[in-house]
Amino acid sequence: MSDLADLTIAQASAGLRAREFNAVDLLDAVERRAAITEAHLHAYLTLDREGSRNAAEAADIALVGGDPRPLLGIPIALKDNMVTKGVETTASSQILAGWKPPYDGTAVRRLKDAGAVIVGKTNLDEFAMGSSTENSAYGPSRNPWNTDTVPGGSSGGSAAAVAVGSALGAFGSDTGGSIRQPASLTGTVGAKPTYGLVSRYGLIAFASSLDQIGPLARTVPDAAMLLEAVVGWDRMDTTSYHGDVPAISRSLDVGVTGLRIGVITELTGEAFDSQVTEATNATIDRLSDAGAEVVEISLPAIEYALSAYYLIAPAECSANLARFEGVRYGLRVDGSTTEEMMARTRAEGFGPEVTRRILLGTYALSAGYYDAFYGQAQRVRTLIRDDFTTAYGRVDVLVSPTSPTTAFEIGSKTEDPLTMYFADICTIATNLAGDPAISVPVGLDDRGRPIGFQIMAPALGEEVMFRVAAEVERLVDFTARPRLATSEVVAP
Amino acid sequence: MTEWEAVIGLETHVELQTKSKMFCGCPVDFGDEPNTAVCPVCLALPGALPVPNREAIEGILSIGDALNCTLTEDSLFYRKNYFYPDLPKNYQISQYTFPLCVDGHLDVDVDGESTTVGITRVHMEEDTGKSTHVGESGRIHGAEHTLLDFNRAGVPLVEVVTEPDIRSPEQARAYGMELQRIVRALGVSDARLEEGSMRFDANISIRPVGSEELGTRSEVKNVNSLRSMQRAIAYEITRQIEVLESGGSIHLETRHWDEAKGVTKPGRTKEDSADYRYFQDPDLLPLHIDDAWRERVRDRRPKLPAAKRARYRELGADERAADLLTDAGDLGGLFESAVAEGADARTVAIWLTGEVVAYLRREETEVGETSLTASSLARLAEMTTGGDLSATAAKEVLAGVLAGEGNPRDVAEARDLLQISDVNAIEAEVDAVLEQHPQALEKLREGDPKPIGFLVGQVMRATGGKADPRMVQDLIRKKTQE
Amino acid sequence: MPVEIDIERVAHLARIALTDDEMAAYGKQLVHILEHAERVQALPTDGVEPTSHPLPMVNAFRSDEVTDPLSRDDALAGAPDVEDGYFRVPKILDE
Repeated sequence: MSDLADLTIAQASAGLRAREFNAVDLLDAVERRAAITEAHLHAYLTLDREGSRNAAEAADIALVGGDPRPLLGIPIALKDNMVTKGVETTASSQILAGWKPPYDGTAVRRLKDAGAVIVGKTNLDEFAMGSSTENSAYGPSRNPWNTDTVPGGSSGGSAAAVAVGSALGAFGSDTGGSIRQPASLTGTVGAKPTYGLVSRYGLIAFASSLDQIGPLARTVPDAAMLLEAVVGWDRMDTTSYHGDVPAISRSLDVGVTGLRIGVITELTGEAFDSQVTEATNATIDRLSDAGAEVVEISLPAIEYALSAYYLIAPAECSANLARFEGVRYGLRVDGSTTEEMMARTRAEGFGPEVTRRILLGTYALSAGYYDAFYGQAQRVRTLIRDDFTTAYGRVDVLVSPTSPTTAFEIGSKTEDPLTMYFADICTIATNLAGDPAISVPVGLDDRGRPIGFQIMAPALGEEVMFRVAAEVERLVDFTARPRLATSEVVAP
Repeated sequence: MTEWEAVIGLETHVELQTKSKMFCGCPVDFGDEPNTAVCPVCLALPGALPVPNREAIEGILSIGDALNCTLTEDSLFYRKNYFYPDLPKNYQISQYTFPLCVDGHLDVDVDGESTTVGITRVHMEEDTGKSTHVGESGRIHGAEHTLLDFNRAGVPLVEVVTEPDIRSPEQARAYGMELQRIVRALGVSDARLEEGSMRFDANISIRPVGSEELGTRSEVKNVNSLRSMQRAIAYEITRQIEVLESGGSIHLETRHWDEAKGVTKPGRTKEDSADYRYFQDPDLLPLHIDDAWRERVRDRRPKLPAAKRARYRELGADERAADLLTDAGDLGGLFESAVAEGADARTVAIWLTGEVVAYLRREETEVGETSLTASSLARLAEMTTGGDLSATAAKEVLAGVLAGEGNPRDVAEARDLLQISDVNAIEAEVDAVLEQHPQALEKLREGDPKPIGFLVGQVMRATGGKADPRMVQDLIRKKTQE
Repeated sequence: MPVEIDIERVAHLARIALTDDEMAAYGKQLVHILEHAERVQALPTDGVEPTSHPLPMVNAFRSDEVTDPLSRDDALAGAPDVEDGYFRVPKILDE
């Protein structure tokens, strides 16, 4: 491959160190790719040309001095709900249009400290609420494999950018599948770490007990490398994990011999696209052939995960988004009293999906309904966690499809919220349990749309999860690239 | 005529004097410049997260402990959701179920009669920002617009909630004073009502004497001294009685105390009852207060006002002096040490609560800044009871000691205040006076006691006030009978 | 149980100014979503503790130390309306 934008992070890092090219060359290549693809994809909301240029130049100086930091000079993209000092951060909402934060979130600061070059901020469903990136106040993103389809969501911009090469890697956030499902729909690798492994300080909150920052990359080792740069306890986030960090990339080459892999029986059936089911089964067979012991596992409570999620997440979001009211930052729509100003600002500033979830959460928490809705959902959450705990007593990892379907047409699911919510059927339970999970591409359907395979592990089980993911990647050898990523494509 | 009984419960907010705020490192001690002690956390910028201040948690536990509460083993932070422009997150981090401290009590005395006030709970809250209403009225009513300063937002607050056990404005005030003494003794807050670091809300209802049912209550806010709390409650009780006796009914409402007019006025009427949608804050971990932690809180408990007062009474101070010493901080300690060194308790208590307090107030100083020590007090008391100093002279010596003129004996000598204890010397003066006033001596001998005062006075004058008047009197009586 | 929602009150609690048409539409959608959640309500959960945090951790504190606040310019930079170092909002009471 001649274009630097098509390199993996591992290849680029090696090339930089071998002085084959420098960080500014790499950034130029990525920006050239963006200049061609953005008009088709709208993966980015903001390109930080000045900041990225400065970071690339600084990386080149450090590289000359033999600086060993693995992400030094690597161009990456950040989902626009990650707070970046001085660079517009909107969470794809009208209510935050133009907001330039006075601080960096912890993950952002760690990436800057690691020498990564932040290319820009990517599009998402407003406040990360959605599964298609259509709920962005700034227009939808598109899937580089087929621009009539969605890239998934809510981290659709990050997934599209990585898939097409307008960033070598990216970060997203995952509350109910928002990293894994877009990874699945764009043929990329996306991981949601154990809850608490990455600080949420500076991640604009959607549902605090579920949100987790994680990487998107072209390969499993790249995803591991990105994740390793941001994990670890942070004194600014009391829910961050205060213990030894798992050895994420230690066992990437070990293989799956002797591992027990559980197939979740509830995540198959008629609701699943048959080609997705076939690809999933084929992958499981390969793992079995490679030496893993495959067993079927039933998680009865998982059937209730979606409903519990759609009570818990809206309840938390109804409070988390109360701070957006036109007083201290962001949009203000005038009113004769403060109360009227706030209510008008919020009506104007929030899109329909965000409004719907705030209303739903407000209702679920209100007097007389709390116990029937929110309280009950939290008890069901316990049952789901218990099911996972029992399962991990028998197997090392659990597997399933990442998404019940491949990428769907833009506009095809926007009418009925419940249809869209169903897109997260395979991913939501791990958020409720707090466990890690990863999506790895395992093929294309007959329309050329990518299919993702999900590997779940117990809390802090990132080492075994990445070990299995790396083996799947080797066994499947998924090398296809979206047409938009090839040099014949030009800006319209 | 119905006889009415008032039922009063108090909610008290106390600002803790930590260095930093409840959930961020912004300083609690900020100046007048608005919005200079704010950060992403207390300004509720997108993405910011709260981290609780351990010192503030300890302060709350120590208050709960001092109020005889059970310190809850497992406690939780909740979000209390309501929109108000001075509340940056539009929810307040507070506690709901499982507060830090529950089920305590505090005994208060009014005119020698003791009442036990139940403490329902002591829990954590965070303060709001400050609103300045701009417009001709200068108040929220009739304002044109409002300016917001978030320096105070996130300052740690403790809320102490009582059971409806209080029956009179006097009891309410006594409770307020005792609570104030306690938080000051603990050193967790300066608890100044006029500055807002201690705030009282009173829930007041009335019912016919003998009834067990609670009447509809009103909540009175905006009292900024203990005196105005007492007045506001008294006014509200009278108002409610008048309303009920004239056939009206009491509404569940918030009323504001108008200090200038001496009345309570209805606050903003709420078109709907509040629905705070409390739920456990997912940004904050549960609190687990283990036995060792509870033990630490108990071990560090200083001597509390009630215990101090009892101790001062036991040592011999009268009731008024014991109260004054309890409130006077350092003076109580001085009292105790002086008595331990053998001083007469009554005498020392009178000096401390009289001359010493007056001196400190006049000089605007603290007792620790003066040269007065427990041993100088003990020496002074010894000299007085031993007859070396008259009561009047002792007070003069005390003034000299406070002013740094030296130890009591040196001051007494320098100011020439020591009494003449030599009987012969005084007898000589008595003889001289009696010789000068034969008629007076004659009258005494005839059984008219009147001239004795005059004669004692003459001797005192002759000795420059240094004779012991009792001794002089005894000597004159003796001479009369010769 | 049939789901009934006082959508006007919910919108007021959430401080979102909705038109009558919007309220009607959101009200219907909420009922639809909550009816789907009914199966969750049917699940027996007697004696099951609620989960609020995915990881069983307790007691995370900071020590009582002062850190640098934002500069006032930074604090006010994003504000829609500012006056003399204050955030400015319309009057609070409607009179």
